[in-house]
Amino acid sequence: MSADPASRAWPSEGLARVPYWIYQDEDVYRREQERIYRGDAWNFLGLEAELPEKGDFKTTFVGEMPVVVTRDESGAIRCFENRCAHRGALLCLADRGNTKEIACVYHNWTYDLRGDLTAVAFRRGVQGKGGMPLDADPESQAPRKFRVEIFCGLIFATLSDKTPVVERYIGPEVAARIRRVMKEPIKILGGYTQVLQSNWKLYFENVKDTYHASLLHLFFSTFRLNRLEQKGGVVVGGEGGSHASFTMMKSDLSGDEYEKAGMRSASGGYALQAPQMLESVDEIGDGVTLQILTVFPGFVLQQIMNSLAVRQVLPKGVGRTELVWTCFGYASDDAKMTELRMKQSNLVGPAGYISLEDGAATGFVQRGAAGASERSSFVEMGGRTVESNESRVTETSVRGLWQQYRRHMDL
Amino acid sequence: MDVELQVTVENLLARYVHAIDDDRLEDWPGFFVDKGRYRITTAENYERGLPLSIIYADSRAMLADRVSALRHANIYEAQRYRHTVSSTLIERIDGNTARATSNFQVVRIMHTGDSMLFAGGRYLDRIRLDGKDSRFEEKIVVLDSCSVDTLLAIPL
Repeated sequence: MSADPASRAWPSEGLARVPYWIYQDEDVYRREQERIYRGDAWNFLGLEAELPEKGDFKTTFVGEMPVVVTRDESGAIRCFENRCAHRGALLCLADRGNTKEIACVYHNWTYDLRGDLTAVAFRRGVQGKGGMPLDADPESQAPRKFRVEIFCGLIFATLSDKTPVVERYIGPEVAARIRRVMKEPIKILGGYTQVLQSNWKLYFENVKDTYHASLLHLFFSTFRLNRLEQKGGVVVGGEGGSHASFTMMKSDLSGDEYEKAGMRSASGGYALQAPQMLESVDEIGDGVTLQILTVFPGFVLQQIMNSLAVRQVLPKGVGRTELVWTCFGYASDDAKMTELRMKQSNLVGPAGYISLEDGAATGFVQRGAAGASERSSFVEMGGRTVESNESRVTETSVRGLWQQYRRHMDL
Repeated sequence: MDVELQVTVENLLARYVHAIDDDRLEDWPGFFVDKGRYRITTAENYERGLPLSIIYADSRAMLADRVSALRHANIYEAQRYRHTVSSTLIERIDGNTARATSNFQVVRIMHTGDSMLFAGGRYLDRIRLDGKDSRFEEKIVVLDSCSVDTLLAIPL
């Protein structure tokens, strides 16, 4: 039921409306691959700490494009398309490992850790017979190489040479909020992938939506971990697609705004038998207990008390998204700190007390709007524009996403 | 072969999965000793020696908290599981303790009628033996896949 996106008009209300066809159309999805992921966005690929040694590699994706990320002989992080110049087969089949070179299994064409083709099997034939013409130039179809930037141990890549450096792309305020979490060397604690039955933008909106946090996630509000009366704020950076929201620990929790409004999430009334899980340490020292940060189009950094994680948002078709979680601590953590992080990891991921619902909520929109491609969602909490805000009863960062998205997509 | 041990362990496993599949989640913590440990992780984390879990509890009280959160706080669509547990290998550690490794699969049935093979992997159990009152000292659920569809609310 898709039309050419050029023939689709964005609603006249601007950023305060999001048309449902944006989550449904195949040609919108194709244009995103070209203009966003393979265009001039910075794509998050993982943590530098995942590739500590020379020769370490991992495979991942830039949009739908498979890529290899390596640490080369000089120690630099490289990224190139996971596609052989010859017939287009995957070069690298393993999820991760360590190697000196990468050979395509199909015809044994070989590449170095920078993605340069180093050898073509039987290029000159065997015993003077066969082989390629002398003027053959298989390098012309070589896997594409990415421009890579490491920012605070985070690996970003883009095919564009025009995109400004990461710090300018996300803006100084969001950059500062990455620095506060990535303040020292980290230690990977593990990961998992969550499959979301929805368009990737519904998840990216969900992460940016500070309005829903205490209304959908009852665990939070019941234990007064994040009620909108608590001090905090939302910072929108770059072209609008990057944001950080945060909540302060020291605040007056005696308010009864939820109770007065008769909110479902106010019901509360049950206590934890093992509340030690919530005994967090102010390890960054600024009283911020919760910070959620995004970088357009697919990066999330999370500090939920002492649970630290990055999430990579990977589109897998119009109605399917993979969320790749990597949880980490600091290299200086002792066993007790690791144990605390492990207990708090119950808060996040597919079984997370406070993130479990997100896995389903985005699917509810995908399903709910199935017959409404010409209608729009209504995004006017906190106004109709994009700006940083002290209140989290706002959808400013959701509008920010659409501001940047529309510029990339020319919509 | 120690038939009594085999029967004791398989009976515990059967009662455990029936309690979950019959939505008797309030009974779930009772299958563990007071300081029992429960962990769901992926084969990749487990094999790389990484500590991260999808669910982690180091006491029956933490399991009880999980149940009350599912009953009173967390929002998820109506769904149920059907567990199949098989090929249990049992090794006696001492007079009171045994180790058991089983294969399991879980079909998740949504209220819409959609069914899927939701999870599969191994149960790595350490069991305190006490006849019909035998309980888990530790249960590590190792998922063969690194990925989970949508959400994991009901325990495995």
